[in-house]
Amino acid sequence: MDPPLLELKGITKRFPGVVANDHVDLALRAGEVHALLGENGAGKTTLMSILYGLQRPDEGEIRIDGRPVRIHSPREALRLGLALVPQHPLLVERHTVAENLILGQPGSFFLTRRMRQESLPVDLDARVEDLSAGQKQQVEIARALLRGARALILDEPTSVLAPPEVEQLFAQLAGIKARGVAIVFISHKLDEVLALSDRITVLRGGKKVGERARAEATREDLIRLMVGRDLLPPTAVSPPQQGVRFEVEGLEVDADSGRRAVRGASFTLAPGEVLGIAGVAGSGQRELAEALAGLRSFRGRVLLDGAPISGCSPAELFARGLAHVPEDRATGAVPALNIAEALALRTYRTTLRRGSRLDLSRMTAEAARLIQEFRIAAPGPETPVRLLSGGNVQRTILARELSGPLRSADPRRDDGSGRTVSADDRSGSLRALIAVHPTYGVDVGATEQIHRLLVERAAQGVSVVLVTENIDELYALSHRVAVLFEGTLRGPWPVAEVGVERLGRLMTGRDAA
Amino acid sequence: MTQELLAAALRALSLGAPLLIAAVGAIANERAGVVNLGIEGMMSLGALAAFSVAVEGHSPALAVAAALAAGMLAALVHAVVSLTVAANSYVSGLALAMLGVGVAGILGRRYEGFPLLDPVAEEPFLVAAGALAVGLWVFLRFTRPGLVLRSVGESPAAADALGVHVTAVRYGAVAFGGALAGLAGAFLSLSYRPAWTDGMSGGLGWIAVALVIFVGWHPLRAVLGSTFFGLLYYLQFRLQDQGRIPVEVFGAMPYALVVVALALSGLRKARGSAPAALGIPYRRGER
Amino acid sequence: MTLRPLAPLAVYGAAVAVAFALVGGVLAAFGANPLECYGAMLHATFTDPQGRSEVLRRTIPLLLIGGGLTVAFRAGFLNIGAEGQLLLGAVGAAAVALFLPATPANLPAMFLAGATAGALWAFPAAWLRSRLRVHEILTTLMLTPVAEYLVVYLINGPWRGEHVRGFSYTDSFPERLQLPVLEGTLVHWPTLALGAALAAALQLLLTYTPAGYELRVVGSSPPVARYAGIAIHRVVFLAGILSGGAAGLAGAGEVAGIHHRLLEPAQVSLGYGYTAIIVAWLARGRPIAVLLTAPLLGAILAGGDTLKTGFNMPFRIIDVFSGTLLLCLITAEALWPRRERRGP
Repeated sequence: MDPPLLELKGITKRFPGVVANDHVDLALRAGEVHALLGENGAGKTTLMSILYGLQRPDEGEIRIDGRPVRIHSPREALRLGLALVPQHPLLVERHTVAENLILGQPGSFFLTRRMRQESLPVDLDARVEDLSAGQKQQVEIARALLRGARALILDEPTSVLAPPEVEQLFAQLAGIKARGVAIVFISHKLDEVLALSDRITVLRGGKKVGERARAEATREDLIRLMVGRDLLPPTAVSPPQQGVRFEVEGLEVDADSGRRAVRGASFTLAPGEVLGIAGVAGSGQRELAEALAGLRSFRGRVLLDGAPISGCSPAELFARGLAHVPEDRATGAVPALNIAEALALRTYRTTLRRGSRLDLSRMTAEAARLIQEFRIAAPGPETPVRLLSGGNVQRTILARELSGPLRSADPRRDDGSGRTVSADDRSGSLRALIAVHPTYGVDVGATEQIHRLLVERAAQGVSVVLVTENIDELYALSHRVAVLFEGTLRGPWPVAEVGVERLGRLMTGRDAA
Repeated sequence: MTQELLAAALRALSLGAPLLIAAVGAIANERAGVVNLGIEGMMSLGALAAFSVAVEGHSPALAVAAALAAGMLAALVHAVVSLTVAANSYVSGLALAMLGVGVAGILGRRYEGFPLLDPVAEEPFLVAAGALAVGLWVFLRFTRPGLVLRSVGESPAAADALGVHVTAVRYGAVAFGGALAGLAGAFLSLSYRPAWTDGMSGGLGWIAVALVIFVGWHPLRAVLGSTFFGLLYYLQFRLQDQGRIPVEVFGAMPYALVVVALALSGLRKARGSAPAALGIPYRRGER
Repeated sequence: MTLRPLAPLAVYGAAVAVAFALVGGVLAAFGANPLECYGAMLHATFTDPQGRSEVLRRTIPLLLIGGGLTVAFRAGFLNIGAEGQLLLGAVGAAAVALFLPATPANLPAMFLAGATAGALWAFPAAWLRSRLRVHEILTTLMLTPVAEYLVVYLINGPWRGEHVRGFSYTDSFPERLQLPVLEGTLVHWPTLALGAALAAALQLLLTYTPAGYELRVVGSSPPVARYAGIAIHRVVFLAGILSGGAAGLAGAGEVAGIHHRLLEPAQVSLGYGYTAIIVAWLARGRPIAVLLTAPLLGAILAGGDTLKTGFNMPFRIIDVFSGTLLLCLITAEALWPRRERRGP
């Protein structure tokens, strides 16, 4: 039998504090779709960056057609016939599709217009920044094929697609596979893996814990391999309370480019209700969340506890009990400062202030308490944020946001207005939370913890607007579900009324109802 | 009257030539994503290098070559510090500006007071300036390597993933920019004022950096921009002798106008057209 | 956590040593013996008591400007026009001294005017940066020659002194508006005290106040500042103005303490505005550290004088020192391996 097209043997990669890949083996044959399955943080992306020359393995070897090779850079990888389609498109946004396609390819000194529109569904002269995420992915794939790739590596390709687009992609991949190209497809989504792959390798905690042919793989088997145990039953979500906490009417928000990103969204939230907002990336979620969090101006009416929020800064909104877990962790905490300072970001002018000075001792004491309560893995409050893993940075942000303006766990504290808050009310007078992708890129343990925290707060009466692309999370936490498609908000409906198929149609604008 | 206008136009062009040359070089390295604030220093070093070769009696060609080399070498220091060492490229450029002017002043002391007996004609420099501007425009817009350079400045990660050697491209662009800064200096010491004085670059390097922003990183618009400043300098000379406005106003005018020009660029949101990765160091694997 | 606090000191020390070695190369190219030069500089600044007072004299403006610049740099505002702001401070102080009727409050008023004038001179760059996002390096720098021309215009024109021979300058300031100095030196100690007090005050501001916290967040991570609702543009603007005001104070100090008149720019400031950039950079964002870094650069400036008089070296050598020091410092900073979590 011929040697496999691509072979990884004993690949090991260590980072400070963690072994990302622990003696992983992988074999790939031409014309085969091989899925690399695992939870976030299992080591899939690291393995693929090694394959693509973005990282160097500490141990192990890579063989192509049986010959050992060293892949020092993406250039090497490309030369060897490996092409990577990354999770987030790596294209030059300001250039046209054509310019992106020819970049890096050898050819004449002067650029000539000899590219045929071919089977490309995307306009060659369109600027990449104007394309949708799915279209950008098409450009990436087309570029890989143009270079005669023998193996295509797809990193979480469906994370930016809605269900119908996923089907289109799968059909396309079937065609590519038929041409003899090998496909490695990284995912944490079980159903897609089962639908598409010929062989499945499961990673957990950096180790390869199993390999199955599609025919012999079952859902339960794979889940057990991925998670190491049977999945816990989802945390029970308690029903929302009476009343109206959050009221949005005719919300219109513009994107940076001036284009209308949110068109006339309307919904209300009761205290303790979780509204899950789904949508393909770029449907307006960012602008919606930023508008609600006081970071972007908007038109329309938004009321929190009956009072309008327009014109209020994020600091003012937080004082009124509106917290915001941002889409990008890097905007939630300053890497150069330490944990105590990160936790003080909302309260440095209010509860952490004594006259004209900062109350540094209180800041440190509260930080220590929050570190313990939220299980942030760090030596102490003085630890710089840049030394924390992604999951711990997210825990830090959540610890801060979920503690609310009054930070109430100490019953003797008050904000100077004479109000004391009981120790049972751990919401610190938090009234509403805008959480955007709260568990993105975070490992299983932290994800469970974060979900539990959100459910807990909701049970205490906090309204939650949950913007997420993680369908499982959406269904696990939400009372009601809404979908953003090209800026229009459809719904909200009770979660039981929206099945995955209908969700998919809504996300791609194909649902009339 | 037309005779005068023509003479004025020619003087404007000649005063704008060093600006244009330096600006074209700066556009090249900025389009590749690297800021080089050290142009003033590289210009001084180029001026001194050219002068010191020419005053010994060697050919103008050799003098120009020396200027190109001097500018390029200084720029390579900037490249090492800002690309390989990945230190703050703004401060690195600033340091090199100080250093370049300083070193030139020190080593040039022995040449002060000796005019060049055989000054070089200005015309070749003017032609070179125009040719460089047009050439860079064609290069960026119509050639494959030009596309690579632009991509490196917009999205080094994308270029890297496609096998482009981002650092090599940036080094090349920076070296080119430095060479041109040196050439601009050579014009000053060989043609324009064929002598050496400490500080003869007179802030032109800084004005060139501002010019790049003002013309939106576009080589052809830089021709217009540099001619405009050239006209300004010309007017400064012509109007100096009239008694009513203090002579210091004219001296200060170019610098004040740079601030105005930058303010206008800010209003026009010219920064939106800056190369997306400008001034940001690139490290593979970092998002 | 095992960050050895002395390690950065060693790294910076090494950088400074390398810088001196490199400058030695330039000295040699000029035709002077580097060891002789450094020996002379050391003697002039350390062992010679008159020399020590010269170092102290130069330390005074460096303290003031350096403290302000440290705060500005920490906020991400790269003010390199402090030289011009210093000159405007001198102009403001001179205006009060020459034209306001004499009262006991005039001396403080001179400093107030100096600070205001310096802040005003930083205003265009600060405003353009905070409102239009125009980078401040060019706008601050370009205003320095304008300031120089302004001073030249004033001392040659409307403020020209009555009994002037040769050089240009204004009349002397009245006796009572001249700061006291240490015996036999040019060290106007009230300004020195002011500089030290300012450095301490700025440090307290940064560490212990909400405003200082905001400034640190803005300077480290503007996206986080925006997310928290901190008014970035206001923080940057105020930091810019503050650094201009501090430079203005230095200018006031120079004319009130040493020259007692307004002079040509090159006589008022010996390149303090540029040298203070190194002072601030070395301080790594801690204003209190300028108490150490300002004397160091003051010594280098004084040493430069020695080179000028003793070795016929152009004063440009200071620019060579400044540039080389800055390059070595940022290189050392970048090469110093910081513990950072990389990976998944």
